[in-house]
Amino acid sequence: MAEILFELAGISKSYPGVMALDDVSLRVDRGEVVGLIGENGAGKSTLMRVLGGVIAPSEGVIRIGGNDHARMTVSEATKAGIAFVHQELNLFENLDVAANVFIGREKLLGGPLKLVDNAQMRARVTPLLERLGADFTPDTLVDNLSIAERQMVEIAKALSIDARVIIMDEPTSSLTISETERLLEVIADLKAHGISVIYISHRLGEIMTCADRVVVLRDGRTVGELARNQLSHAAMIRLMIGRDLKALHTPPKQAPQPGGCDIVGLVTSAFPDRQVDLSVRHGEILGLAGLVGAGRTSLARAAFGIDPLLGGEIRIDSAPVAVASPREAISQGIYLVPEDRKKSGLVLELPICENVTLASLLDHARMWLVGSEAERKIAKEQVRRLSIKAPSIDMEAVTLSGGNQQKVVLGKWLSMQPRVMFFDEPTRGIDVGAKGEIYALMRELADQGVAIVMISSDMEEVIGVSDRVAVMHEGSVSGVLEREQFSEYNVLRLAMGQALETVEAAAP
Amino acid sequence: MIRKELGLGLLLVVIAAITGAINPAFLSLVNLLNMANLIGLFGVFALGEGLVIITGGIDLSLGSMFALLGVVFVDLLTTYEVPWPLALLAVLLGGLVLGGIQGFLITRLKMQPFIVTLCGLLIYRGAARYYTSDSTRGFGYGDEAATLSSIASGNLAGIPNTFILLIVLALILGVLLHRSVYGRWLYAVGKNEEAARFSGINTNIVIATAYIISGGLAGVSTVLFVFYTNSVSPSSFGNFYELYAIAAAVLGGCSLRGGEGSILGIVLGTALLQVLQNLVNILGIPNSLNFAVMGTVILIGVLADQQLQARRRRKLALAGVARTAPKSTLVQGQQGASPRGADALPARTGDQA
Repeated sequence: MAEILFELAGISKSYPGVMALDDVSLRVDRGEVVGLIGENGAGKSTLMRVLGGVIAPSEGVIRIGGNDHARMTVSEATKAGIAFVHQELNLFENLDVAANVFIGREKLLGGPLKLVDNAQMRARVTPLLERLGADFTPDTLVDNLSIAERQMVEIAKALSIDARVIIMDEPTSSLTISETERLLEVIADLKAHGISVIYISHRLGEIMTCADRVVVLRDGRTVGELARNQLSHAAMIRLMIGRDLKALHTPPKQAPQPGGCDIVGLVTSAFPDRQVDLSVRHGEILGLAGLVGAGRTSLARAAFGIDPLLGGEIRIDSAPVAVASPREAISQGIYLVPEDRKKSGLVLELPICENVTLASLLDHARMWLVGSEAERKIAKEQVRRLSIKAPSIDMEAVTLSGGNQQKVVLGKWLSMQPRVMFFDEPTRGIDVGAKGEIYALMRELADQGVAIVMISSDMEEVIGVSDRVAVMHEGSVSGVLEREQFSEYNVLRLAMGQALETVEAAAP
Repeated sequence: MIRKELGLGLLLVVIAAITGAINPAFLSLVNLLNMANLIGLFGVFALGEGLVIITGGIDLSLGSMFALLGVVFVDLLTTYEVPWPLALLAVLLGGLVLGGIQGFLITRLKMQPFIVTLCGLLIYRGAARYYTSDSTRGFGYGDEAATLSSIASGNLAGIPNTFILLIVLALILGVLLHRSVYGRWLYAVGKNEEAARFSGINTNIVIATAYIISGGLAGVSTVLFVFYTNSVSPSSFGNFYELYAIAAAVLGGCSLRGGEGSILGIVLGTALLQVLQNLVNILGIPNSLNFAVMGTVILIGVLADQQLQARRRRKLALAGVARTAPKSTLVQGQQGASPRGADALPARTGDQA
């Protein structure tokens, strides 16, 4: 069984200022299931994109079938038998299963019209579906399939191109338990047929079940490899962490004041069967950690009135507040700095000035007419206070750098009276200097008595900036850490849905 | 922003000058006043269409709305002998209600504007024809609405009242669009509805209001057209007029993607369209080529505007890169430059198509 299928050797990928991959090596044997784990941003996706030919590595060698490649194209990767089952499934919902499997390489009838041979495609897909134990037919519309069934279509597609290795990126993140078991059975079956699988997941239990070998990435480097008999949750988590985190923390000027925002029994549409309870005090920065998709953004959206509350309530200083729409939330002093600033935070084509005052126009309007002078004064004030680098407040927001754009979003809220602020990934895609300024600003706001919830997937930021950290796992809060309990290990354990170890000192 | 209107105004003057040079009758007072009347007639509802287009939507139902409201209006005055102020009020309310229904379907029930207003176009026209059994309604020999008629088709010091009304409405809507909070919201919603919602703007109400205003202006236009033609034949009254409004708005700088356009631009766009029609007549170009001329001019106008904008963006992007690159770190440079260099440019092409 030790026939080497392919090997990545010394792969590096650098972007200006960032080393996404640094001398990573990965070998996959025939008929082997390799688990690939690491924190958000450890480089798993980048590595898989190198393998799939989507991006070219800066250095290193891809060795397939005895040939060395400095880089591969997508079609070379496909020809070499590398197939993906994506996290966001790439299927055409408006087409049927057979059409999806053969997309881009449709079987054609002869003749000048080159019509598509639906009958032949369906006939070829039927045995693949049977092999996967799927209970739908090739002429079913993908739109009518569940997520688990769509995954089967992706796998059938991989089989139809004679894939030799199938890369599955978080395949079970939206599956039920029985669907997950079904998938693990399919993986075992693939393995029995000599097809290898690279299984990327945060769910260590599944990794334990299916992987023959686990490769751990951290900060773009391979930090360890565990054989089947070495696998344990603790061993995997220990390898995933271990960076020395810089001391970013500025302590609050005063102890958190009494009162604040209580989220009680909140139910969001993303996790209709889970409840969230969370408290953040005035003057405190509460870090909200968790894996991508743990329900943190849904929580913030619900609290800000974007998505409906399916249950529970928000209280400020023990008084319930209505948040049926963003307008209501804003009138209560609850503000959200959204995750995607270009899509939700800014109107990119409007000038800085109009973006800053977009939420507060009515406050300084007279008889519904925009108070231009008041407006410009407010915008200038925010540009100065936040040191937004722009030649004038009439510049369109689209011309600014990421950090300055984020500051414009902040300026919009700071020109009003915040009581509770949600920051969703406030420093994503922002350079180091602007990051520091945003941290300082959050601290300043907290010291003024604002209750701050900072959603972040950046461990350094979570541990360095927060006064307390709440961790979410699959829709509910799995634990809250005080500063003396802060460690990457603890945050990760809670994020993976495991209880804290009773003797924390035992963690290295 | 204002640059576009300047260009359009200049184009208008150049075309007028050339046409006038070829045939001086074009610049005669009679012809100019006639054109002013037509500009007034077609400008009023183009303003409403413009607001709808700025939200990123479209209103295809205007022409049919004229027919339906028109037959009702004439019937109220002649058959039911309703006093004219009441009939006028009924037509205006009718327009507002129809606009309100369309706005409701589009915002609350999340239907596509094109479909909602296309169905409106079919339904209103059908209703008008059924209501009148497809017969033309007109005023008899009586003077059912002499007062209103003289207001709607009269003139003040020689200037057609329709044109004066257009200027007044344009001023009011100009303040609404360019100076009021609602106007700012309208642009924000048109450009990025999600960001507007995240800023606490009730985007549904903002959008629905645009359709309501458009419906109300359609009511006003109905009355003007009824007194212009003095009769309403339900199968042809107002046919294709919504397309004139869309053409005027697009020519005047509105983008069908929403978020762009100005009142001055829409008025100039309407004027340009009417001048083109008049020019076809006066230069002896076969009348059958009327639409072809109009289509060609719009096509060239929008294309030229797009090319100029793309060039301006490119220049801006280059200037922006040159400005930030030397003093920023590598990471910053990458982030700063890529949205401008890579995204901003292609995002513009295809605009206003």
